[in-house]
Amino acid sequence: MKISNENIIEMYEKMVKIRKFENRAMNLFAEGQVGGFVHLYIGEEAVATGACASLREDDYITSTHRGHGHIIAKGGDLKYMMAELFGKETGYCKGKGGSMHIADATKGILGANGIVGAGHNIATGAGLGIQYKGTDQVCACFFGDASTNQSTFHEGLNLASTWKLPVIFICENNGYGISVSQARHQNITDISQRAVSYNIPGITVDGNDVFAVFEAVQEAVARARKGQGPTLIECKTYRWRGHFEGDPTVYRPEGELEQWKKKDPIPRAEKYILEHNIMTQPEMDKLNEKIDAMVEEAVDFALASKFPDISSAVEDVYTDIVEEGRSR
Amino acid sequence: MRELTYGQGIKEGMRIKMLENPDVFIFGEDVGLFGGCFGVTSGLVEEFGEKRVRDTPISEGAIIGAAVGAAAVGLRPIPELMFVDFATVGMDQLVNQAAKMRYMFGGKLKLPMVVRLPSGGGVAAAAQHSQSLEAWFTHVPGLKVVYPSNPQDAIGLMLTAIDDDNPVIYLENKTLYAMPGQVEDEVKPIPFGKANIKKEGNDVTIITYGKQVYDALKAAEILEKDGIDVEVVDLRSLYPLDKEAIFESVKKTHKVVIVSEEAKRGSYAGEVAAIIADECFYECDAPIKRVCALNTPIPFSGVLEEYVLPNAADVVQAVKSLF
Repeated sequence: MKISNENIIEMYEKMVKIRKFENRAMNLFAEGQVGGFVHLYIGEEAVATGACASLREDDYITSTHRGHGHIIAKGGDLKYMMAELFGKETGYCKGKGGSMHIADATKGILGANGIVGAGHNIATGAGLGIQYKGTDQVCACFFGDASTNQSTFHEGLNLASTWKLPVIFICENNGYGISVSQARHQNITDISQRAVSYNIPGITVDGNDVFAVFEAVQEAVARARKGQGPTLIECKTYRWRGHFEGDPTVYRPEGELEQWKKKDPIPRAEKYILEHNIMTQPEMDKLNEKIDAMVEEAVDFALASKFPDISSAVEDVYTDIVEEGRSR
Repeated sequence: MRELTYGQGIKEGMRIKMLENPDVFIFGEDVGLFGGCFGVTSGLVEEFGEKRVRDTPISEGAIIGAAVGAAAVGLRPIPELMFVDFATVGMDQLVNQAAKMRYMFGGKLKLPMVVRLPSGGGVAAAAQHSQSLEAWFTHVPGLKVVYPSNPQDAIGLMLTAIDDDNPVIYLENKTLYAMPGQVEDEVKPIPFGKANIKKEGNDVTIITYGKQVYDALKAAEILEKDGIDVEVVDLRSLYPLDKEAIFESVKKTHKVVIVSEEAKRGSYAGEVAAIIADECFYECDAPIKRVCALNTPIPFSGVLEEYVLPNAADVVQAVKSLF
């Protein structure tokens, strides 16, 4: 494996950051401090982390309704994310987007998205923009297994492959489209098979092995930067929580979650790091403490922030029109 | 002054901006060698090359979605769908993505894109190629909607649309493509939200846009003989809407007929009527009338289609009912 120790530590840090952020969000939701629909990424951290470790800051990503992990992996700031979950004016979207719509154009994050499968075509468009401008940027498109049954999957991959656009299609196959298992929503087990239809490379990797994801995406990114077109990468993984917070997960067979917890990507990375003397246990503990403090700092920032002024509700619909408000 | 057709006006608007700004480009079904379903983009691929005038697969979701993505990374795409009816296939990309991304993301993204959508009936194209769906688009916060009625407005509105930093729905009437008209040698951009008084009059206001401007003018001619002096307001821009021009005219004539080619139920014409009833009611001394298509799909057979679509005689009848 040709990954620098620096990269390995960075990936470990990202995964821990995602896990701790999500655990905190889970508790805040349970306490009623954060509302709406919250879709947590716990268990899938290796996918976003391994993928984004191959990207530059000027590369783009499109995300999904389960987007916190992608945002953190692409360099999103926990403070602005947490403030957005609280609906505060300091949030990434000034409280207008919430958990499902976090975006940061300065980091190439073209937005989490509440419509399953919407990213396939938007990422393709970003790829078109990159090719048009002639830069060597790429766009990574994250999506779930169930979204590959939407027409957008076919439309996006068809266009991206026909025009050889620099897009990396990264499928997070967590085994479920909400409550419907993969076996009940499609007649294939490996989604990477679908690459054959577009005459592009398609591979399946262990989505709980951050290094496996990294290597696969790195190769795809290299191809894309050279103008060789898109790749479909399927990362097999599992979400520990329900589809959203509050989902009782009655559809899961007994013991399934426990089996997947044994494949938790974070201890796997820790084991590798310790065995290869990349970090010592005390160093690792210190890093964990630092991230705990960052998450708490984000919560404090969110709590201390103001709710948006109600007048802002009619702003940002257009660049140049403020809509009519109401008198109250 | 020079003469151009409506279709040539649309092309001229795009051409001017493509020469001026390398970030402007066109893509859609058969827009290249074929020149577009109605010939509007003919000659552009020869002039600008395949990079800037791109044929796409028949894949409306990808066309609109790719425009969203390309706009999000800094370009100014002009996607064309062959018929407004096909917008259904790309509707998520328009309604949930293009229209909402700026707002959802707290105003931190802009999406400059002009979606060209040939609209309307009258060409025996039947139910899936003849609709007037402007109400679908004007209903969605985040979209701007324009609908030129003549070559000069086609150019002027296109220039403004391409420079706009928001998604613009540019509706075109397919029966007008070959219609010639005089245009200035150097057409200036026409600001959105500015209606055009096509004919001044004192007795009744007809508010309309697109092809129905001509039905209204024809009706005005007929009504003139009966001593009814009609004012015809061509909205040009459906959102933003020039409410001031509407109210000013209503304050003068106190009678309003709104004409559009949409199915009447849930129409944009209904929205205009509601705005007048809401904000200008006491200036009206007669019911606000709407002349629209019937509430049916558009039929194929010429006799049926002609019956379903509104015409000048229907406008005359509606106006006379107010006197």
